[in-house]
Amino acid sequence: MKIIIKGGRIIDPSQEMDTVGNVLIENGVIKGFPSDIRGLEKEPGVRVIDATGKVVSPGFVDLHVHLREPGFEHKETIRTGCEAAAAGGFTSVVCMPNTNPVNDNASVTEYILLKARTQGMVNVFPVGAITKGQRGEILAEIGEMWEAGCVAVSDDGRPVMNSRVMRHAMEYVKAFGIPVISHAEDINLSANGVMNEGFYSTVLGLRGIPNASEEVMVARDITLAELTGAHLHIAHVSTRGSVRLIRDAKERGIRVTAEATPHHFTLTDKAVLDYDTNAKVNPPLRSEEDVEAIKEGLRDGTIDVIATDHAPHSEDEKKVEFDLAPFGISGLETALPLSLKLVKDGVLTLPELIKKLTLNPARIIGIQKGTLRVGSAADVVVFDTDRVVKVDRYRFRSKGKNTPFHGWELSGCVIYTIVGGKIVYSHNVCCF
Amino acid sequence: MRFQRKHILGLGELSAEEIKLILDTAESMKEVSERDVKKVPALKGVTVVNLFFEPSTRTRSSFEIAEKRLSADVLNFTPAQSSVVKGETLLDTARNLEAMGASVIVIRHSMSGAPWLLARELSASIINAGDGSHEHPSQALLDLFTVREIKKEIRGLKVLIVGDIAHSRVARSNIWGFVKLGAEVRLVGPPTMIPRDIEKLDVSVFYNLEEAIRDVDVVMMLRIQKERQESGLFPSLREYSKFYGLTRDKLKLAKDDVIVMHPGPINRGIELSSEVADDVHSVILDQVANGIAVRMAMLYLVASAGGTE
Ligand SMILES: [Zn+2]
Repeated sequence: MKIIIKGGRIIDPSQEMDTVGNVLIENGVIKGFPSDIRGLEKEPGVRVIDATGKVVSPGFVDLHVHLREPGFEHKETIRTGCEAAAAGGFTSVVCMPNTNPVNDNASVTEYILLKARTQGMVNVFPVGAITKGQRGEILAEIGEMWEAGCVAVSDDGRPVMNSRVMRHAMEYVKAFGIPVISHAEDINLSANGVMNEGFYSTVLGLRGIPNASEEVMVARDITLAELTGAHLHIAHVSTRGSVRLIRDAKERGIRVTAEATPHHFTLTDKAVLDYDTNAKVNPPLRSEEDVEAIKEGLRDGTIDVIATDHAPHSEDEKKVEFDLAPFGISGLETALPLSLKLVKDGVLTLPELIKKLTLNPARIIGIQKGTLRVGSAADVVVFDTDRVVKVDRYRFRSKGKNTPFHGWELSGCVIYTIVGGKIVYSHNVCCF
Repeated sequence: MRFQRKHILGLGELSAEEIKLILDTAESMKEVSERDVKKVPALKGVTVVNLFFEPSTRTRSSFEIAEKRLSADVLNFTPAQSSVVKGETLLDTARNLEAMGASVIVIRHSMSGAPWLLARELSASIINAGDGSHEHPSQALLDLFTVREIKKEIRGLKVLIVGDIAHSRVARSNIWGFVKLGAEVRLVGPPTMIPRDIEKLDVSVFYNLEEAIRDVDVVMMLRIQKERQESGLFPSLREYSKFYGLTRDKLKLAKDDVIVMHPGPINRGIELSSEVADDVHSVILDQVANGIAVRMAMLYLVASAGGTE
């Protein structure tokens, strides 16, 4: 089985490649970049994809998704989450452990991987919990989860409030060489807040979450990373203070990496006006200054990765009082066009953007993904940077239609997503 | 000018002209209230539901009297003892009431924004009778009405609001209203109770009552909620009262003809000393009486604009 993707702009930061050419896929792996394909095209059984005018890059790697299975299948399943990923150009997703039961032991990890193998269409890499039940008290069986296939640990959705427990987690993971992903939030400072603390929370009479709630924990975890020498990855950076702390830590040589989500570099807390629960997310949408600082952090390399924090919820769960609505945005299917705005606005070049969606996240969790190197699994995305698409949440593959971007017109559209040499998504039906 | 709004959700979204129209309409309603037969047929055949998720005898009774004076069919629904216990959502509860024929829903809810959810999802007219720490438009409108009645003109007045601004829907609605009508608004309270960036609403913030109260025309005291002490916003009621309670001595620093307002119910001896509560400057009982006329105006205007007249 051969696929030829011809005439596209091939961008692969892992080989510093940015050239117009052809990609040959054979038996599920990248076979090469032949310049002359006239003979190949005529071979029987060869699938030819014309990518003229399009970009061909390694499939995207999302370091932060919530697939909700097991336990919350009404919000998302591994199947629907993977379909959404494929539609968004993601060929690998890293799923957080806040399922029910929590992924805090190897049997849950194995269950997720089994489901992913049989029903998923993209690669799924689970994250194990740091503590049993994500209660922040006792370390989970991190070693066994690592053996079963977990690529990192995190109590995402919650912080590990006890600094001593976090210290031990960071020490312990060094035996397995995986990072600790920190959901940095001081829950006492958040104090049941539901949105960013600032002018809009004041006007709306909603409880605010101050920037300091994130920053004191980023500072703490950086301090612990310095103490332990562990690899700390900061999830969903949302404030300018966090960007400053991470930049400073990197300058001092501490092993810290960081991610930002498309919603945090696109929207401000103004999106919450009129109590739009689809804009309720944790960490909350912040101020204009924070958005600018995150873009600067992406530009200067302080923030290594763009991750979605894909957090699907059902319609009924979001159609309630703002205080009662769950936090989260369904992000997989809008990530590419929102990220491409960074290129349009001159924040990143296209290769820099692709690096933050491919090579950088793959490196952080140490997987052989995010590359088109000859011999690697053929995880490829073909996308059009210019095609304008109107976001229609009702057409999401994800069960979670919860997006604040419904109705937005954005440039950028995934045309093909290929996983292991298999086409798992193709944009045949035009939606504009 | 004709009132175009189907809902009255908050003063944040009303224009100065709309606020004035409500106050003017309330004046004619007050005239009705002074007649021997205090009833007009304006809302005959209209079903109004008072949907109160928080107990508030005062506001609910005031709305109920206003509704009856307009000849509406009134249904009081206090979900605390019925559906919510069974886990019904706010929307389902409200949809049921709408299915029973309610064309105006007056809602009081402990969570900010709840009336907006109903306004978005239902076809009935929604009147916000207080949502969380957000808005309490009927209270602010009756405050504006009372001040206008006594002082004739709101523009240029110095209005001081004292207390827990952060958690007060009365404060937010009054800030919008007085600022829109051209008053100078000052806020004073412990810094833990002054919400972030409130200055952006064109108000000035003080932490010292003696300083803030100088030369003001109106002092509006907010009710202090004792549970704020437990959440660490102030150390004790005694200390709160010492620094932010209104006494006759502090009141002397204001203008001679200052008026003192309070949305009730009063914590005597805490935010307001008894001598001040019963003082000639106090207009607290006028506020209660005017509340009915203002609520009649609100009901009448939305019912007319909503096409249910
Ligand atoms: Zn998180």
